[in-house]
This record gives sequence, C-alpha cells and structure tokens, in this order.
Amino acid sequence: MKTPVIQIKDLAFRYPKAGGICIDIQELNADAGDRLFIYGPSGSGKSTLLGLLGGVLSPERGTISLLGHELTKMTPPARDRLRADHIGFVFQQFNLIPYLSVTDNVLLSCRFSSRRRNRAIASGKSLLDEAARLLDHLDIAPELRHRPVTQLSVGQQQRVAAARALIGGPEIVIADEPTSALDAERQTAFLDLLSRECIAANATLLFVSHDRRLASGFNREISLPSLNLVQAEQEAA
Amino acid sequence: MKYLLSLAVRSAWNRKLTLGLTLISMALSVALLVGVERVRQDAQDSFEQSVSGTDLVVGARTSPVQLMLYAVFHIGDATNNIHWQTYKDIASNPAVAWTIPVSMGDSHHGFPVVGTTTDYFAHFHYGESAPLAFASGIPFAGLFDTVIGAEVADHLGYHLGDKITLSHGTGDIGLTEHADKPFLVTGILARTGTPIDRTVHVSLEAIEAIHLDWQSGAKIPGFSIPAEFASKFDLTPKEVTAILVGLKSRAGVFKMQRFVNEYHAEPLLAVLPGVALDQLWQVVGIAERALLAVSGMVVVVGLCGLIAVILASLNERRRELAILRSVGARPLDIFLLLSAEGLFVTLSGTLIGMVLLTAVTAIFAPLIQAHYGLIIAPKFISFDELGLLGIVMGISLLASLAPGYGAYKLSLSDGLTPRI
Repeated sequence: MKTPVIQIKDLAFRYPKAGGICIDIQELNADAGDRLFIYGPSGSGKSTLLGLLGGVLSPERGTISLLGHELTKMTPPARDRLRADHIGFVFQQFNLIPYLSVTDNVLLSCRFSSRRRNRAIASGKSLLDEAARLLDHLDIAPELRHRPVTQLSVGQQQRVAAARALIGGPEIVIADEPTSALDAERQTAFLDLLSRECIAANATLLFVSHDRRLASGFNREISLPSLNLVQAEQEAA
Repeated sequence: MKYLLSLAVRSAWNRKLTLGLTLISMALSVALLVGVERVRQDAQDSFEQSVSGTDLVVGARTSPVQLMLYAVFHIGDATNNIHWQTYKDIASNPAVAWTIPVSMGDSHHGFPVVGTTTDYFAHFHYGESAPLAFASGIPFAGLFDTVIGAEVADHLGYHLGDKITLSHGTGDIGLTEHADKPFLVTGILARTGTPIDRTVHVSLEAIEAIHLDWQSGAKIPGFSIPAEFASKFDLTPKEVTAILVGLKSRAGVFKMQRFVNEYHAEPLLAVLPGVALDQLWQVVGIAERALLAVSGMVVVVGLCGLIAVILASLNERRRELAILRSVGARPLDIFLLLSAEGLFVTLSGTLIGMVLLTAVTAIFAPLIQAHYGLIIAPKFISFDELGLLGIVMGISLLASLAPGYGAYKLSLSDGLTPRI
C-alpha cells in the first residue's frame, strides 16, 4: 500500500498560555498528486493547521505524518529539515525577502535544503537555469529576474513565491490564501498556473482559503469548520 | 552558514541608513576610547621619561615623591638644601660619571629659575634618551646669561638678546625683583614636552651673584652691589637644592644610593627616578584613568544604541523571519542571523574607528607635538589596545545575543504566520 503524503490522526492542539484547544481533527489524509481545497473562514484554525503541518507547532495529542515521517516523534531541527526538503509554502502576501532579487528569492528554498538544491540542478542544468525555467512557466518575464522584488506587482510577487515553493520538486505545496490580494481575473490565472505546475511535479497541493468560489479545479474540497471539532466561536481571538 | 552570513550582510545593507548611523556612532566611540587610551599611554610614557639617563636624584632627606616634584618638575620647595662640600664629595666619588647640580628658589613670571652648570646641557636626557637641543642660541657663558625653555619663550614672547629680570621666591605675585641684575637670553631650548620647557636656566654663580646683597631672604636695606662688580666677589655656591647623578656603570646604582642615604655629614636621600616617577604617576594618573572610564562608557552607550536599533527593526522583520522559517531555517539560524548583524556592525565600526583614529593622529600628531610636546607615535594598533578592543568586541558579542534571542523567541511563537 502506498504511504499517504499527509496523514493526520486524532490531532489536538492548544497554544501555550492560551485557553482551550483550538484544533481537534479526527482524521485527514492526502495522497501524492492530490489537490486539496481547504475552506475555512478566518478564525477556523487555518494558520494553526499550517503551523502544525510545517512542524513549527507541536500538537498536544495525536499524530501528523508527512511522507511516512511522524512529526511528533522528530526533534525540532529534524522537523525544520523535513519542511525544508519536502514542503513549499506560498503565503497570503509579502511572500518575498525585500532585499533579495527575484532569482535569489526563488533559490532561497535551495539554500536551506541540499535535497532540493540537488533536485533543482538535476531538473535544469544549473540552479539558475531551473529558476529561470520555473519563472518562465509562471509568466515572469526574463528581464524581471534580476530586479529587486519590491519593483514587482502583487500578482508577479505571488508567482515568484509559487516558483520558490515549487523549485527542487517538494512533494507538498501548501498555499495559504495566496490569491487574496489579487483581483478575480488574476486569482483564476494564478490558481491555474499553480495547479498546472503541481500536476507536472506530481506534488500534493494544499490550498487554504476563506473564498469558496476558488474551489473549482481541485479534486477534493474540505471544510475546515466541519473537520475541526472545536467550534469557531470558542477560539474567537 | 555561509549563506546566512551573506543574508545578514544583504539584510543589513537593505537598512543601511539606520545601521550606517549606528555604525558611525560605534566608529566614533571606538576611536574616542582608543584615542584616550593612546593619549593616556603617551602622556604616561612622556611623564615617566621626564628625565632619562639619570641614575640617581639626590636631595635633602624627604619623601622620594617630594624630591622628584621639586628636583625634576620644579614644583614646590625643598625643605633643605645640600652643602657645597657634600656636592663635591658625591661628584668626586669614583663610581660617578657626571653630576648636574641644581639650585632653585627664584622664579620669572611664575616660571621656575634653575641655577646649574653647563653640564646640564651636556648630560641631561629625556624621553628615549634624547639630549637637550637648542632651538636657537648657545648655553650660558657669562655671569648674567640665561637659557630659557621653549614654553617660557613662547608664552612671554622672548627672543635671543632680550633682557629679563628674576624674582626672589616662587609664584607670580608679590615677589621682590632682582631688578638691578638683568639677564641676557643667550639660548632657547627646543620643545621637550617635559618641565624643562617651563624653566629658566642660569649658572650657579649667577644665583650667588643676585643674592650678594641679600640676607635671610630679603634685600639688605640701603646696601646694593651693582651687577658689574658682582663678578669680583667669590661666587662659589654655598648650597645646591638637588643633584642629578649619572654613574659610570648602572650596576653600581644601589651601592651609590646606599652611599648617599648613609652620608654622614647631613641627612640625604637618593632615589631612582624611574621608580619615583612611577609612584608619582599613580597620583596624577587618576584623572587619566577617569577619562578612560568615561570613554569606556561612551562605547557602552554606543553599543546600547546599536542593540536598540536592531531590536526595533525586529518587528518589521517578522515577515522576513517567517519566510526564512518556511523555507527551512531553524530557530538557531534566525538567532545567528540577528546576532551576526550586531557583531558585523561592531566589527566594522571598530575597524572604521581605528582607521579614523590613525588618520586623525597622522594629521594632528605634528600639531600636538608642537603645542603640547606630547609625542604621539604613529601606529595602527598596539598590543594593549588590542586587549581593549578585545573587551569591546566581547561585550558587543554578548550584547548582540540580545536581538538574536529576541528573534529566536519571535520565530518560535510566530511560526509561519506572524501576527503583525
């Protein structure tokens, strides 16, 4: 039997110093190539779930396994390494390091993971070639590659962030409301690009959003409020 | 690790204005600290080399520091003088190579007058055994000739050929003038940075001559011996105030010291100038150490400013740190990234400060030497200063850990989604 890419069982989490449990998930699985749309209004625990999946937060109870590695049994540095090697993140906005060029921002993923660096080199001829290839695919014009990222539009910035998440072929791509700063037309365009690249890389895409209209084009849709047994009202922050 | 450093540098460059300002304040405070230390060191060196090549300073029995004060620095008065016969006994001792007798008690506009012999100009050394040099003129030859120090000439505007009169006693006001016996300036000494600069030198005979018509420290009323007749009297000195002694061999210094201290005819004291000057510096050096302490505090204030700037930037950088975390940076990496920044700024601040100081010293050293006689050796850094900078770097290393720790905590609590 194939190992699921993401496997969550009986997961509970509470912030230290904060009151009650804010995440309580019985089960969540995702296989290779799955494209999950996780829908949830703000306050439903999206950010917390991402922190748990990234191995930055530790659950109070239950297990999270990524590619067969059980996060709860790993040391924090090992979890950091797992995240670096196997997960690409795209955030809401301000995804890029302002003092690095477009290409350097894309290559950032390869700086902290030799696995992704080697895979990127294997895929292209060199790191720069692979970054250029991905940026081409994501419609970033060649003349923008060496510009400071602050000169880019929000849409361009999000596509550069997607290139960074995809370089080195991570098995998991997690996108946290990456389109909320874009207008409707560009949202669809961005989603299409992201989906296409994830399919090409056979990566599992976890797309988190409060906007249910974006759900088309994903092969699974999950509502976080129905997944999370803790009621949203309880953790009004 | 290497990439982290390059990130730290690029991030710092991105905030070059604020960091640049703190860098300048670091550089200035380091330059101040090392500059003060350097001046202090040079002042101490030049102080402790006020007299060199002299093996013993001999005077009437008193404390060593007091003897040095009046014999070398011409400050204060001797409690007692030495008889001329005693001087001759010491000068004729087989171990003695040369002697410089000095006789004090008169002054000129507040500058001390020293009666001595021409041996003074031959044997007196200061600094790293530098002999006295004449800026102009020659040693005194006639009875009423005088050689003045550089500061005396500058301050009072004297030139060769000027006539000056001496005052009885020391101080500046209410003194009786030896107005009937003026002196001719025949020589002006080059600047030494020692008390010599403030001294008026005349012959021992001249001291006798101006006091011929004096008794018990006052002019004898209605009795005056004109200058032109003075040389007809026996002007052999009866007393001197102190003697600087040079020995044939330094090895005999303790034997000679014992000879003087146990001298039978009158109570005497012989001190090794180096030791006594060191003791004296312990007293006057306090001000210099206070100055060093103050400049040390300036460095601490500079460091506090630096840390404050880095800590303040931390909040703006939460997003940046979260991105780094998301691509796999460990909290330790974040800690190093922020700590490196503080260290990087202090390191380059220190370097710039030293370059600045070296440049300033190079430009102003001739000026300082001309005005204060303080010789500032041109150097980039000395071993002692390296120690001082080591302490600065150590403290800054510790201080830099603060923003590093702040970022570390922040990156743990923020995770991947900073709450701004």
